[in-house]
Amino acid sequence: MNATVQPNSFRAGPDEDGMFGLFGGRFVAETLMPLILELEAEWKAARNDPAFQAELQALSTHYAGRPSKLYFAEGLTRHLGGAKVYFKREDLNHTGSHKINNCLGQILLARRMGRKRIIAETGAGQHGVATATVAARFGLSCVVYMGATDVERQKPNVFRMKLLGAEVRPVASGHGTLKDAMNEALRDWVTNVADTYYLIGTAAGPHPYPELVRELQSVIGREARAQILEQEGRLPDMVIAAVGGGSNAIGLFHPFLDDASVRILGVEAGGRGLDGIEHCASMNAGRPGVLHGNRTYLLQDGDGQILDGHSISAGLDYPGVGPEHSWLKDSGRVEYVPVLDDEALAAFKLTTRVEGIIPALESAHAIAQAVKVAPAMRPDEIVIVNLSGRGDKDVHTVAKMMDMEI
Amino acid sequence: MTETRIDRRFEKLKEEGRPALVTYMMAGDPDYATSLSILKALPGAGADVIELGMPFSDPMADGPAIQAAGLRALKGGQTLAKTLRMAAEFRQGDDETPIVMMGYYNPIYVYGVERFLADAKASGIDGLIVVDLPPEMDAELCVPALRAGVNFIRLATPTTDEARLPSVLRNTSGFVYYVSMTGITGSALPDTGRVGEAVGRIKAHTDLPVCVGFGVKTAEQARAIGGSADGVVVGTAIVNAVANVIDAGGGLTADPAEAVATLVGGLAHGVRRARLAHV
Repeated sequence: MNATVQPNSFRAGPDEDGMFGLFGGRFVAETLMPLILELEAEWKAARNDPAFQAELQALSTHYAGRPSKLYFAEGLTRHLGGAKVYFKREDLNHTGSHKINNCLGQILLARRMGRKRIIAETGAGQHGVATATVAARFGLSCVVYMGATDVERQKPNVFRMKLLGAEVRPVASGHGTLKDAMNEALRDWVTNVADTYYLIGTAAGPHPYPELVRELQSVIGREARAQILEQEGRLPDMVIAAVGGGSNAIGLFHPFLDDASVRILGVEAGGRGLDGIEHCASMNAGRPGVLHGNRTYLLQDGDGQILDGHSISAGLDYPGVGPEHSWLKDSGRVEYVPVLDDEALAAFKLTTRVEGIIPALESAHAIAQAVKVAPAMRPDEIVIVNLSGRGDKDVHTVAKMMDMEI
Repeated sequence: MTETRIDRRFEKLKEEGRPALVTYMMAGDPDYATSLSILKALPGAGADVIELGMPFSDPMADGPAIQAAGLRALKGGQTLAKTLRMAAEFRQGDDETPIVMMGYYNPIYVYGVERFLADAKASGIDGLIVVDLPPEMDAELCVPALRAGVNFIRLATPTTDEARLPSVLRNTSGFVYYVSMTGITGSALPDTGRVGEAVGRIKAHTDLPVCVGFGVKTAEQARAIGGSADGVVVGTAIVNAVANVIDAGGGLTADPAEAVATLVGGLAHGVRRARLAHV
């Protein structure tokens, strides 16, 4: 990668082979290859099909509740005493996070492809809930793979999925987190290729998933861009989002990539610090490798074995990242910074107190970065933070961290 | 490309009129020394081609048995460098039995493709099976391997249709590995008639030997599959033979090399009877 040669546009990728420079690709078993080629063809047809777009639009509006609000976080802004902070309120979407944007698009695609059975992986359970929701809405059967550790720390979401009729299969291998859930989902897919649609929850995996998920999530950034122009009459100075696999972040970032005046920050889970391996900062502390169908920055040892990371936030607890983020990092367009568990927790509490909004721990990482940078900015500067999900699911985790019984 | 031990072995078996027994074992399971003793016991027990599994932390196409074997090996300190050394040690006593390294791409990518190919060649490796490198990714390792004189063995599956088969076979060398089912390693074997049809379909497109794997566990299955295929691959059953002599504390209750040799001996008997009906 040559960071000194800048592309004409940062929004042109991936290429025909699904590559974002060095990253991305289709590193899958032969059994899956015909399927992902079929998915790519079907997606190309669907995105140009007015009927498909109209149906997605209608569902987004009347079922998911879009557009989500761009909210001036006056309490937080006053507390920080610097730049004006806005929240893009993805937490107000149906199911409580940005995940529904992707799930609605993909379930329509699955139906178009005649698939009857939906599988998904989930970390925090937000994607699992969104998948179970759309499967219920369209009458398709649904199996969600979830790491055993995550099943334990995200009980409310596990119960929601079951209520929605999904089967939740706990995965005990590894640390029992998102990586392990994704392995097991891939094993299911390779076994049940004929009738199964794999509804990947983040902008990662083999091509075309990173592009497909980005396109479906870019509604976040398109709306935010139009809303800030409407509300402030100009573009923001900075946009911030948390990055696990990176779907809410790429959704917010993508429409701003060619706005050179907008500084873009992706926040990785710094866990207990980047010195050891108790973090999930794959771009700050990992190196390129191949996992789950794509080449991207990964936490791994010198032998190429993938490491289990750590984050207080189940949704960020993944040792890799979507390939487009890896490319945006190397190209220098987006800065990726770590935020520690403790910093995220402090932001979680602060937002709850000064805004009356309980953010998801994932989103709290992005807010924590705003807490760091906004005070040093001028009052006429504008920061948009992606409030990617609501934090009801995290109250048990937070109570535990505070040594409280609930 | 130049002839490898794989080409010579299949040529010889063709003259003998029987299919090959291709045995998979996990390198380093449960530890280096034990694993090397298993490797050394394979040819004497009747293995014609050896697949040497490269352990990986996230084996997405493998069932529970091979997943567990890989984790045991990693826990025992196995690395890609050690797997290459194991092959080199084996080569000191056996310069004829082909060795195919099988696994996932990331450890090779991290090791460095050119460095890996040079070391593999020097260690007496004849071929590679890398599960997560389909033809679309040939530039990564397949093309460099062919240039280095190492066979790149491709998997064909029930989802590989007539239109796709030529691209799957294009850069394949050594043999074609037909995966008998859609699924992970160690699942149940589908009926042998369907497997025979699939082998015939692939053979219509290539002169390469076609070996069949995924789900073959017994001598009887090996005999049945060997009726149509040029080789029968057995993996999970062998890995299980190792697992069965490891107790809960990680100690050995019997000699794994002996346990594997007994199993492989039976399978070898199976493939030797595969074509008797045709004689």
